[in-house]
Amino acid sequence: MPIRALIVDDSSVMRKIVERSLRQAGIDLTEVLQAGNGAEALAVLKENSVDLILCDINMPVMDGLEFIKQLPGIENAKGVPVVMITTEGSESHVVQALSCGARGYIRKPFTPEQVKEHVIPVLAGKS
Amino acid sequence: MKSVSEVLAPNDSRENWIPLLEVAAREVFELMLSCQLTAPATPNETALEVTSMVGLAGRLCGVLSVRCDRKAAALMTSKMLGVALDKVGPEVADALGEIANMVAGNFKNKIVGLAEGCMLSPPTVITGSDYNLQSMSDSPALEIRLLFEGMLIVISLQIHS
Repeated sequence: MPIRALIVDDSSVMRKIVERSLRQAGIDLTEVLQAGNGAEALAVLKENSVDLILCDINMPVMDGLEFIKQLPGIENAKGVPVVMITTEGSESHVVQALSCGARGYIRKPFTPEQVKEHVIPVLAGKS
Repeated sequence: MKSVSEVLAPNDSRENWIPLLEVAAREVFELMLSCQLTAPATPNETALEVTSMVGLAGRLCGVLSVRCDRKAAALMTSKMLGVALDKVGPEVADALGEIANMVAGNFKNKIVGLAEGCMLSPPTVITGSDYNLQSMSDSPALEIRLLFEGMLIVISLQIHS
């Protein structure tokens, strides 16, 4: 099924890598929206609906954890799965992200196969 | 498993971290750039004109830097983005910043107590070679020298107490 994805990362290079990894995973992307931090992503979501959000944690202005805490208040984000992609690898970060509503957690560095392993089940509603 | 206080004790030999730093760097290049770093056979002195730095704060304070020449930096960017070398533009600084960020993050995730207790700063990238970098550190840097596609990269971790 074709989907719209929102990729949130302060590095434009990393946003491109994540997009390429999604395509390599066989995910049919009709459109990819991008944001450089959590505040920009909230603004994007106020105007656009998406099917999947991939989000970094360490970002300026608003980090990824604060961003996902605010998602329940955004109509377009209700029920949209969020997968974190970050260098933060501690168990406490994982637990915190999952308790805030993230459905998946990928540590950088990553391979396209790891993106596939984490994103496909989330899109299928199995995670 | 050692406790956090044991691992980070002042008398702990941080020379033992050099292999972990090397593994962290090798993993980043293998997973994100699909290439193997190799050990230089002979001393290789090249003008390292691109320096990417990430600060560490918390249980470990310091600076991790990745240095290379402009050609290596452009090739790293090309491989990260999956585009031809002649299509690489101003993304080089962003790409090198991400490499330093991932090496630092991957390194700290390999040491008990650092994954949670050590934060990373946004990367800073300097281009050019006519500068002196002076650290207020009270210990020598941990440094590794590796070849990326035959070109020297120097990764160092300057630790502040």
